[in-house]
Amino acid sequence: MRLHLLALLAKEPAHGYELKQALEQTFGSAYPSPNIGQIYVTLGRLEKDGLVRAVGVEQSNRPNKKVYYLTAKGREHLTTWVDEPTEGPRVRDEFFMKLVLAPLTGIADRMALINRQRRHYLSLMSDLNDLLDRTSPTDRVAILLIEGAMLHLQADLDWLERCQEDLA
Amino acid sequence: MSTVLKTVNLVKIYQDGAIPVPAVRGVDLQVEPGEFVAIMGPSGSGKSTLVHMLGGLDARTSGEIWLDGKRVDTLSESAWALLRRKKVGFVFQFFNLVANMTVGDNVELPALLAGVSPKVARERRESLLGALDLTDRADAAPAQLSGGEQQRVALARALANEPSLLLADEPTGNLDSRNTRDVLRLLGEVHKKGQTIVMVTHDARVAALADRVVSLFDGEIADDGRIARRRTRTAGEVIDLR
Repeated sequence: MRLHLLALLAKEPAHGYELKQALEQTFGSAYPSPNIGQIYVTLGRLEKDGLVRAVGVEQSNRPNKKVYYLTAKGREHLTTWVDEPTEGPRVRDEFFMKLVLAPLTGIADRMALINRQRRHYLSLMSDLNDLLDRTSPTDRVAILLIEGAMLHLQADLDWLERCQEDLA
Repeated sequence: MSTVLKTVNLVKIYQDGAIPVPAVRGVDLQVEPGEFVAIMGPSGSGKSTLVHMLGGLDARTSGEIWLDGKRVDTLSESAWALLRRKKVGFVFQFFNLVANMTVGDNVELPALLAGVSPKVARERRESLLGALDLTDRADAAPAQLSGGEQQRVALARALANEPSLLLADEPTGNLDSRNTRDVLRLLGEVHKKGQTIVMVTHDARVAALADRVVSLFDGEIADDGRIARRRTRTAGEVIDLR
């Protein structure tokens, strides 16, 4: 979450609760609502690393609130993150390990594993279908994220089919 | 209610010169009224051959096919064709609409062929076009429509004779993501209204709409089971943004 907060602070200084609201508005239902405690802990760490700094703002009848802003070092850190290519997903699939190793154990045969996994993926896909139905078309970030998850799941199913052709 | 579709040890062997090529090797399948069955499997596993046989578009080599309690594989080609007009709707990957007829007439034709009165055929045409959001395209030629619209017309046409069984072979195979979503929604709706559907698909989004998935492998059923439904609340629970 460190870099997400830095990116939001690059736009304008903000206090913790404003950052929580900004995350919710940007990602809509695509992102679980961030925990305010976690945001403060992250801000504390960013401050310790010199990436953000805080100023106290007086409030009447309430304790001062801390408004955070990005330091030059913070901006540099953020720029590096945005500029560098992002790693692709790594195939580190637990099911694949099972599939390759299971026949050695004598516990299950590959065809049975593949069949069960296919049903499981389809049930996940059915979930995503429901989710897409219930997501407002105006919530474009969430829609794109769900479509991304669907495409990944389709790739997993296609791969499962390849495994079936070659291993089962 | 009785079983809509049943096959018993269904076999299809193609002859490639002197070499027999088994495509479907002893399939026993039973589909109950209102069920939505997706058929999946690698290419060459016999999926298309199977649904083509179920729809009478391909002759079986041996075994039995029962439709609405009547044995159909032993019928003459013309008797089978007659029965098919009344009982089976078909949707293909390439929409196969009649090019020189309007969209509306494409939808109306199957009902007329099934022997429905012109008045009823017209009513079904209107209601189907309305339901599929195609009313203002009724007088267009199929070629003037987008792929997604053409597939919606093909679906309307397949439903026009109120078939006992809707067969589909990769109905979204030629559509982009947005059009797939439209066809998906429609399939979901006709299924909710009680339409029995058997559909071949590679598309997991479409298969996930089904109640049951039959997986073919090397011409045989490798798996046949229901898709579990769960409940999730937000995308954040399925998707992990880092």
